[in-house]
Amino acid sequence: MAELTKKERMKIPRHDMPVQEPEDRVQNFNEVALGFTLDLARMEAERCLQCKEPHCMEGCPVQVKIPEFIEAVRMGDMIKAVQIMKSRNNLPAICGRVCPQEVQCESRCILGKKGEPVAIGRIERFVGDFALTKKTFGVIKGPSTGKKVAVVGSGPAGLTCAVDLGRMGHDVTIFESLHTPGGVLVYGIPEFRLPKEKVIQAEIETAAKALGIRILTDHVIGRTLTVNELLTEHDAIFLGTGAGLPMFMRIPGINFNGVMSANEFLCRVNLMKGYQFPKFDTPVKVGKRVAVIGAGNVAMDSARCALRLQSLRAKANGGETGAEVHIVYRRSPAEVPARLEEVHHAEEEGVIFDFLTNPVEILGDDKGTVRAMRCIRMELGEPDQSGRRSPIPIEGSEFEMKVDQVVFALGTNPNPLVFFNADGLQRTRHGTVVANQETGRTTMKGIWAGGDVVTGAATVISAMGAGKRAAADIDRYLEGELDW
Amino acid sequence: MYNILEKKTLSEVTKLLVVEAPQVARKAKAGQFIIVLINDYGERIPLTIADYDRKAGTVTMIFQEVGKSTVQMGMMQVGDSFKAIVGPLGHPSEIENLGKVICVGGGMGIAPVYPIARELKEAGNHVISIIGARTKELLFWEDKMRAVSDELIVTTDDGSYGRKDLVTAPLREILEGQPGQIAKIWAIGPAIMMKFAAATTKPFNVPTIVSLNTIMIDGTGMCGGCRVVMDDGAKFVCVDGPEFDAHRVDWHNLLSRMAFYRSEEQASVQRWREGHECNLERTVEDGVT
Repeated sequence: MAELTKKERMKIPRHDMPVQEPEDRVQNFNEVALGFTLDLARMEAERCLQCKEPHCMEGCPVQVKIPEFIEAVRMGDMIKAVQIMKSRNNLPAICGRVCPQEVQCESRCILGKKGEPVAIGRIERFVGDFALTKKTFGVIKGPSTGKKVAVVGSGPAGLTCAVDLGRMGHDVTIFESLHTPGGVLVYGIPEFRLPKEKVIQAEIETAAKALGIRILTDHVIGRTLTVNELLTEHDAIFLGTGAGLPMFMRIPGINFNGVMSANEFLCRVNLMKGYQFPKFDTPVKVGKRVAVIGAGNVAMDSARCALRLQSLRAKANGGETGAEVHIVYRRSPAEVPARLEEVHHAEEEGVIFDFLTNPVEILGDDKGTVRAMRCIRMELGEPDQSGRRSPIPIEGSEFEMKVDQVVFALGTNPNPLVFFNADGLQRTRHGTVVANQETGRTTMKGIWAGGDVVTGAATVISAMGAGKRAAADIDRYLEGELDW
Repeated sequence: MYNILEKKTLSEVTKLLVVEAPQVARKAKAGQFIIVLINDYGERIPLTIADYDRKAGTVTMIFQEVGKSTVQMGMMQVGDSFKAIVGPLGHPSEIENLGKVICVGGGMGIAPVYPIARELKEAGNHVISIIGARTKELLFWEDKMRAVSDELIVTTDDGSYGRKDLVTAPLREILEGQPGQIAKIWAIGPAIMMKFAAATTKPFNVPTIVSLNTIMIDGTGMCGGCRVVMDDGAKFVCVDGPEFDAHRVDWHNLLSRMAFYRSEEQASVQRWREGHECNLERTVEDGVT
């Protein structure tokens, strides 16, 4: 390939990633976005201007050397691309799929000023998938330090921290409460966005094997073992237990059958593979008229799972669905917290959005099963502390919405179980752990924390960033470079 | 890990398994429960801990074959293993010397009430136990219960053994006959039995504890599927329980929530029973037990 001029590069349009068509994909749980081919990845890489002062890196919570890995892809040197990627990010196949690149790296791309930014996320995913299929981990374990670190939780924060510590030569054990590692990547994010075996298990297993990281599943810290017990056998502890506690609205009727947390619905579908019931034993019900309350990524995931279940069940029963899935959100489209791409995919697939609508009561039938939801229309008032315009109920606008399933996707709080008998760990009134933002140090000596357990529900990559910063600080502490 | 070391058939449909789970045995206390998962295809189901042996690193579970998972568990043999055993979960029973207490175990409830009775006895209480089942064949652990009780009453619904009555009948008689003398009652068994036990003890105003076994997935507070309505709002059985004040539970809601997946459960157990030959092949092929 002859070298292109800057002008020529800027003329190349951004490449779309092949996807399953909406009418096909609602019939299955297979991945929606199919990924770049090598040719597509290299053509997209040609668009990168290789800025001398790349702003894209500033937008990345783990400072991936973006121009460098893109250049390696452009040259077709995939091994090098993997090495550059893994020098900063050990889980690119996961990040490439779930990072909100449009508000991070890609939002800083110089090309985005006039046109469309380089599709950094799509190239990253291609690099990650290449590493997985070719089994080139590209990372080696450092010489053993003899220090033992316990990492609690195997979600994005814990995994990242564990892998970095492993590379530094520490002896790492991950304690996971569920029967399989991955945390929210496994129980929360659906297969069609993030394949469980092909991507998550593969990426975790490769990393753990290369670095000698032990993963102990079925260990509920706070119950099976306490933080204090872990402290007696380890030189340092990292808490990455996430925010797993579901929130329900305080309205009448939330305990009728058919009303559930997004956590329950998604756990049944994703973690327990309920969409394959009865091949898998965990049942999951889906209504004919499903209302998902909230408009974050978890709400989009729930709505899209519900759509797929409706189609699959209708197919199995040989009938048309006539079924509907609604997203019920009290603010307007402008305030939707979900990633744009997720909203777009949900719309394409047929999710109905009811904006400026808020449930006030859930109504049940005589068997105790939900039959309808009383809602009220909202209008936007003045901006609140978060800068979003706060919704105000419109008097007299109440109406009944016929539903037979309600899924609450209103966010989550940290699970307090881990703090059992760990009174030295100071927490905020929201239940999050008090930790230094830069280092992750908590109020208890030898214990670090990061990810959702510190920030409250946030993104996968911000949790990874926190895990990374904590790992660096733990290393300096264990090496005796820094006191507590 | 999680190997079955011992299996006993307590009745045609009631099985006992002693399973290797040292990390659970080390911490287990009366009143707590575990989540078990048979294999990669399985569901996570909660079971109360019937007994534990810290030295041997084992936990004992007793279950009745009612759903697909328990039917399948009933077919597991010594040497087979579980994919996961998680615990101990939930709060332990609050054991203290209260004086005179009653422990009621109905059907499967005998299993979880046994360690509670034992610890109450060890704490110095005068323990009156009432155990009952539909029929003689379904009764178990009479000897073990007798060993940890000062008095033991046995009932069967059909009169095939012991007194022909529901467990609530002797319970009421004791409360009537010894007014003000019973400090606390534990009543564990099928939800409907616990509902009636609650109704029986309420007029006497004796604190009554039930152990709820609702539908749950993770058992750590994450899914909320186990929530139970109390007079002051919803609680999660997995982290707030499993023991609750019987007089404050909304039994109507509890019973309806527990029945929510009944049709799926029935279809699943039916399918398993009809085709467990080929299912066994599937399990063997996939290299999981």
